[in-house]
Amino acid sequence: MDYRFNPEDEEFRKEVKAWLAKTFPEDEAPLKMETIEDRVNAYRSTQKKLFDAGYAGIRYDKKYGGRGGTMIEEIIVAEELAPYGATHGYGLNAIGMGMAGPVLNTQGTEEQKLQFLPKLLDGTHIWCQGFSEPNSGSDLASVSTRAVREGDHYVVNGQKIWTSSAHIADYCMLLVRTNPDVPKHKGLSYLLMDMTLPGVDVRLVKQLTDESEFCEVFLDDVKIPANMLVGEEDKGWGIALTTLMFERVMGDLNTANAFMREFHRILEMAKDVKRSGKPVLENAMIRQKLAQAYIELMVLKYNGFRGLSEVVQGGVPGPQGSIGKIIWSELHQRMSELALDIEGPYNQLMKDSAINMDDGFWQYTFLRAKGNTIEAGSAEILRNIVGERVLGLPKDMARAALKERS
Amino acid sequence: MDISFNEDQVEIRNQARRFFENECPIEYVREMFEDERGFTDEIWAKMAEMGWMALRIPEEYDGIGLGLTDLCVVLEEMGRALSTGPYFSTVVLAAEALIEAGNDAQKQAYLPKISTGETRGTLALFEPDSGPDPGYIQMEASSEGDGFVLNGTKLFVLDAHTADFMVCAARTEAGDDPAQGVTLFLVDTKAEGVSITPLVTMDRTRKQCEVKFGGVKVSKDDVLGEVDKGWGPLLKVLQKAQIALGADSVGGAQKAMEIAVEYANIRHQFNQPIGAFQAIKHQCANMLVDVEGARSLFYYTTWAMEEEEPTTASIAASAIKAFAADAYRNVTTSGVQVLGGIGCTWEHDMHFYLKRAKFNQVTLGDSAYHREEVMRLLGV
Ligand SMILES: Cc1cc2nc3c(=O)[nH]c(=O)nc-3n(C[C@H](O)[C@H](O)[C@H](O)COP(=O)(O)OP(=O)(O)OC[C@H]3O[C@@H](n4cnc5c(N)ncnc54)[C@H](O)[C@@H]3O)c2cc1C
Repeated sequence: MDYRFNPEDEEFRKEVKAWLAKTFPEDEAPLKMETIEDRVNAYRSTQKKLFDAGYAGIRYDKKYGGRGGTMIEEIIVAEELAPYGATHGYGLNAIGMGMAGPVLNTQGTEEQKLQFLPKLLDGTHIWCQGFSEPNSGSDLASVSTRAVREGDHYVVNGQKIWTSSAHIADYCMLLVRTNPDVPKHKGLSYLLMDMTLPGVDVRLVKQLTDESEFCEVFLDDVKIPANMLVGEEDKGWGIALTTLMFERVMGDLNTANAFMREFHRILEMAKDVKRSGKPVLENAMIRQKLAQAYIELMVLKYNGFRGLSEVVQGGVPGPQGSIGKIIWSELHQRMSELALDIEGPYNQLMKDSAINMDDGFWQYTFLRAKGNTIEAGSAEILRNIVGERVLGLPKDMARAALKERS
Repeated sequence: MDISFNEDQVEIRNQARRFFENECPIEYVREMFEDERGFTDEIWAKMAEMGWMALRIPEEYDGIGLGLTDLCVVLEEMGRALSTGPYFSTVVLAAEALIEAGNDAQKQAYLPKISTGETRGTLALFEPDSGPDPGYIQMEASSEGDGFVLNGTKLFVLDAHTADFMVCAARTEAGDDPAQGVTLFLVDTKAEGVSITPLVTMDRTRKQCEVKFGGVKVSKDDVLGEVDKGWGPLLKVLQKAQIALGADSVGGAQKAMEIAVEYANIRHQFNQPIGAFQAIKHQCANMLVDVEGARSLFYYTTWAMEEEEPTTASIAASAIKAFAADAYRNVTTSGVQVLGGIGCTWEHDMHFYLKRAKFNQVTLGDSAYHREEVMRLLGV
C-alpha cells in the first residue's frame, strides 16, 4: 500500500511548478476572460505555451507532439494546472483533450493522428462531441443522423443537440448511422467533421444558467471525406463507448481537485456570511454539511487513486469508473446547494447584482451542476451499468425484449 | 503508487476468510449472539494460534510487530464474518493503549499474555452523560496515599464481563477539557469495588456492560502514562479503533451487499428476477457506490495513519469512522428492503448486519461527532 508518487515524479512536479511560476508570474496583468472569445484566446495562448514546453500531451508519442510520458506525469500536470482554468483558460477544450485525443490516439489511422493530434495539443483545434440527438439521448445507439457513402465522401443529414462548445469548435466527433437495416448498435459509424464545412449550421441554446454553452447542430448534405472515418464503417458503437470510458478515467481525479478548491471557497464564504449577526460557520447544521462534503471529497479522491493505481499497474478502465461519476455528480450538486444555503437570502442575487456574493459563482454552479447527473451518462443510466455490468443483475425484461427485436 | 495489499497481506486475508468460513460460520455467530459470554474458549485459542492477538504487539513483548494495515486486513474479514468475542476490545483498545502509553514493566506484564490469548482487556471510557462524545470524561479518581480511588459509572464497556483488566479513563483534576486532567488506569476486573453488569443490547455480536466503580483502589504503578495527560495517548488509540471499526464496516457492508444482490438475482416476481426492476437494481447500485467509496477511504486511511502528518491522519480517521459506518447502515437498510418479508425475520441473516452497522455508527463517537471533528481539525 503506497499512495506516494515516485521521487522522480515528485522531481517532475517541482519542475512543472517552477515552469508555471516562471511562465505565468503572479504579478502579470490578468488575461481578459469576459466573453467566450476572450476565454478561447486565453486557452489558445496558454495551451501553446504548454505545448512548446512539452507539457501538453503527456502520454502522447513525440511524433504527434506529445511528451511520451506516463499517466502519473499527466496527473501531476493536471493537478498543477487546475488553478489556471479560471485565470488562463486551461481546460477549456476538455472534450478534445479528454475524448477526441485518446480516441484518435488509440483508434485513429496514422494519417489521422498526424493530422489532428499536434493541432489538438498545441491549442489550434477545439473539439466538440456530436453524439446526442433530439430523439436519442440515453438510448444513444438509436441515433438517426444519416451518412451515405458517395464516392470518396459521406453525405450527412440530420440533427445533433446539446453539443457543448459547438459554437467555438473546429472539429466534431460525429456519431452517424451508416446502415439502417441492421440492429441499431451495428449500423453506426464514427466520423471526424470539420465544423466549417458547407451545410453545418450551429445554433446556440440558452441554458438555465442564463448562458449558452451547448448548441443545436443541423447537418444538411454535409460532405465529409471518407478518410475522416475512425475505425471501420458500421463499427462506430464500440468507439463511442470507448470515448465515454476515457471521459471517466481522469474524471474522478480532476473533479476531486476542482471540487476541493470549490470546498475551500465555500468555507471562506461561510466565515464571512452572517446569520442572525453571527458567522454562518458557527451554525451546527452547516458545519455538519461542510464536513460531510469534505469527507465525500476524500472518498472521491481516493477512489480515483484506486482507479489510477489499477491503470498504472497495467489494468484497463472498466465499468467501475461509473461509480466515480455517480459520486462526483451528486456530490457537486449537494456542495453547490450548500453554498446557496450558506448565502441565505443573498443566494437569489445573480452575477450582475452589485451586492452578490462571490461574484455569483454559486448561482451559476448550482444551476450548471444540475447537468452533471445528465451529461455523460445520466445518474439512472450509470446505476443500470453498475447494477448490470458490475454486480451482474439481470437486464429489465422489457428492455431486453426490445433489444432482441431491434 | 501501488494501492493494493502486498503478498503477505493477501495471504493473511485468505487465511482469515478460510478461518471464519470453517470455524465461525453463521451458525456459530447465531449461537454466540444469544450467549452471554459471546465466544467459546476454543475459538479464542484458535484465533490466538493464528497469531492475530500478537499481530501489532512489538516483538520484544512476544508479538509479531506488524502494521495497522495488516491488522485491518483481519478486521475487515471479521466484519464480513460478524465475528464475535473480545478481539476488538482486547487487541484494538486495551493492547493499543498499552503500546501507546505503557511503561516497560506494564508492557511486560500484559502484552506477552495478550499475544498468547491468556489475557483479555478492554477500555472503560463512556459515561451515562457522555452521549457519543469520547472526550466527555467526568468520573472521579481522587488521590489517596500514593495511589488513587475510583468512583463512578462507565457505560457501554465492551466485553468487560469476560475481560481480565480494563484501561479506565478518569479525572484526576476537575475540568471540561479532556486534554488536561484525564488519567488512564489499569484496573483488574476482579478488584474490590468493581461491579460489572452485562447490558441487553441490539447488536449482540458485540457485548457491552455497565461497570460501576465503588471506591476502587489503584496503585500509582497502575497509572498508564502520565497523570493528567491521558487524553493524548487515548486519542491515538481511539483513532486506530475508529479505523478498525471502518474496516469492520467495509467487510460487513460488502457481505451484506453480496447477500442482497444474490437474492435480487434469484427471487422472481412478475415473471422476472426482482433485480431486473430498476427500483431494486438502483438500490443495489447505491450499495456498491457506498461500499467502494468506503473501501477507497479505508485503504487510504490505514496508510495515512502511518505515513501522513498527524492532522491529516486524524482527519482521515474521523472521516472513515463516519463514512464507513454510515455506508454500512445504508447498505443494510436497503438490504432489508430488497429482501422484502424475509428481511424482517430472525431467520434471515441480514438483521445481524444491520444491527452491527448501528453499533459501528454510534460507538466511539457517532457520525455527527466525527464530522465536527473534521471541522475542528480543518481549523474552522
Ligand atoms: C450540460 C450538458 C452538456 C452536454 N454536452 C453534450 C455534448 O457535448 N455532446 C453530446 O452529444 N451530448 C451532450 N449532452 C447530452 C447528454 O449526453 C444527454 O442529455 C443525455 O445522454 C441524456 O439524454 P436526454 O437529454 O435525451 O434525456 P433522456 O434520455 O430522455 O432521459 C430523460 C430522463 O429519463 C431517464 N432515463 C432514460 N433512459 C432510462 C433508462 N433506461 N432507465 C432509467 N432512466 C432512464 C434519464 O436518466 C433522465 O432522467 C449534454 C447534456 C448536458 C446536460
